[in-house]
Amino acid sequence: MMHRVRKLSLSLTLIAGTLAFGSPSAYTLEEFTFEQPAQHEAFRDLIAKLRCLVCQNESLAGSQAGVAQDLREEVYRMMLEGQSDDEIVTFLVERYGDFVLYEPPMKPSTYILWFGPFIFLGVGGYLLFRTLGRKKDEPEEDLTEAERARLQRLLAAGGDKQEKLK
Amino acid sequence: MTAPRSPARTATTKAKRRALIPLAIFMALAALLFYGLQLDPRKVPSPLVNKPAPVFELESLDDPSRTVTNEILVGKVSLVNVWASWCPSCRQEHGELMQIARNNDVQVVGFNWKDTRPEALEMLRRYGNPYVVSAYDPDNRYGLHWGVYGAPETFVVDGEGIIRYKHIGPVDRNVWETTIRPIVEQYRPQSS
Repeated sequence: MMHRVRKLSLSLTLIAGTLAFGSPSAYTLEEFTFEQPAQHEAFRDLIAKLRCLVCQNESLAGSQAGVAQDLREEVYRMMLEGQSDDEIVTFLVERYGDFVLYEPPMKPSTYILWFGPFIFLGVGGYLLFRTLGRKKDEPEEDLTEAERARLQRLLAAGGDKQEKLK
Repeated sequence: MTAPRSPARTATTKAKRRALIPLAIFMALAALLFYGLQLDPRKVPSPLVNKPAPVFELESLDDPSRTVTNEILVGKVSLVNVWASWCPSCRQEHGELMQIARNNDVQVVGFNWKDTRPEALEMLRRYGNPYVVSAYDPDNRYGLHWGVYGAPETFVVDGEGIIRYKHIGPVDRNVWETTIRPIVEQYRPQSS
């Protein structure tokens, strides 16, 4: 019984909180309706790939910024007009730059971004193997007479100990 | 106790120099990344610089019957200033824009963005109007074509209607003197 009361009061608090703080003008994707579910899917996929320039860690799909809503509407309008994803992306890149894309395009100025990690890995790997290979090739240094005698002594002593332990 | 060892091979200078290579690479990378930290990610370079200003056709803010188009940009260097009454930084730069408009041979064109007419007019009434005209774009119809993503933004447009520079954020005295003014002078039509 207590449990239920507590649960109820918790829900009421949450609802009150939502009513108090949830902005009535919060944007949702529900206003964007398509005749075919596939189109809706394509719309969501596309806006998820586009960056909101106001809140740069958010995609157009998730941002509550006014500009993001404007761009969503524009993308929606262009899709309804039957423009392809490429055309829409080009339209936005022409105006806002490559920065609207979460995935930077492959071009000379971004080669280092795309290939840099592999180059680092390759060079690092090459150096690592070369160093290891060289270590193997290096001949062991010869022991001096005195060292050799000491080694024999130590081995003999160690062997004895092991014998005793057994 | 310890027996004499074979003399440790002395490192040649070449090997020593080699050992410094990783350090050098690390320092170069650190310098690059440190430089990256100084950049402001909010300042996204505009792909429109050195391209013709996007075409627009909007109502004038103070007179709905008048239309403002790209025509206004022809023949003079213009500052196209994106502003709104809801934007605190716009108010911050307002005084400087007034000064610029008063003291320089450059026309300041307003681009009133995502605002309401009464509030925008109220702001001009209260703080003065530096603009030869303000285009009124409450629904971001053309702001989008200009790549506007916040206010204030200021474009320098030359007499041929080509965007030469875009400044993001408020224009203060320093920005005007060191950055914008030289560009304005550079593109000023050579007239008698």
